[in-house]
Amino acid sequence: MIDMAAFTPWSALIGGVLIGLSAAVLMLGSGRVAGVSGIFGRLPEMGSDLVWRVVFLAGLVAGAWLTAQMGWIDGQVRPGFTGAYAWVGLVVAGLAVGVGTRFGGGCTSGHGICGMSRLSVRSIVAVLVFMFVGFLTASLMGVFVR
Amino acid sequence: MIIRILTAAISGLLFGAGLYIAQMTDPTKVLAFLDLSLMATGQWDPSLILVMGGGFAVMALAHLVRRIGMKKPLFDVAFRLPDTKDISPSLLWGSALFGLGWGLAGYCPGPAIASLAFLPYASLIFVPAMAVGSWGSGWLANRRR
Repeated sequence: MIDMAAFTPWSALIGGVLIGLSAAVLMLGSGRVAGVSGIFGRLPEMGSDLVWRVVFLAGLVAGAWLTAQMGWIDGQVRPGFTGAYAWVGLVVAGLAVGVGTRFGGGCTSGHGICGMSRLSVRSIVAVLVFMFVGFLTASLMGVFVR
Repeated sequence: MIIRILTAAISGLLFGAGLYIAQMTDPTKVLAFLDLSLMATGQWDPSLILVMGGGFAVMALAHLVRRIGMKKPLFDVAFRLPDTKDISPSLLWGSALFGLGWGLAGYCPGPAIASLAFLPYASLIFVPAMAVGSWGSGWLANRRR
């Protein structure tokens, strides 16, 4: 059932704790939710929040890059899609995630980590819905496409 | 102002480091969790549960600290946490649509943006499409109102 060679409990837990710390720093420091879809999605609003949003997103990219330079783990980035028409799937998926997180009010970080942990009913419902559809989509893809 | 920008920088760096260490920047790792058909062949990877669990535990503590001892955040005048309560249709269909895209590509917004550090083909296509979806639909919704 479980692929013990692929299962990485410790790095997953350490990574998760770091993500939790990140959200805690932003909330206790600036009073904001570390929801990546919201921070990214509100960039066009400009205004006084633009600077910290851009800095947060730049930090997100830099944090991944700097950690990769340490060479602690095999963080290879393999493509989920392969083949000549992979770009079509990626465009559809990107559009769906963009529109979906805007109208659903959050993603795995905003609803999943920040919202659920304060027992927000909205967030718990959102997580149940996107987990269910995520499982369903990936499993159907796994059976019929991959 | 400077201290709030520094806070955002530290938060972003921690987030990116966490995603990379947990290998969430690799969409095949995420799909190996979401694709339950892999259970049948013994290739299912439950790592993502622990990523969520670790983040959840730390944030649950942070919410406790906030509720017990803090009237306002350290470097700003007030907490700005969402206060909407209703389970609206858009919460449901939006989350479903997000789940669909997540299950297709193995990317949610955080990992997709963080993985731009390595300029992989997948996120170079995915992130602009996500921007069009999010910014475009937000613009349309505002205009109609």
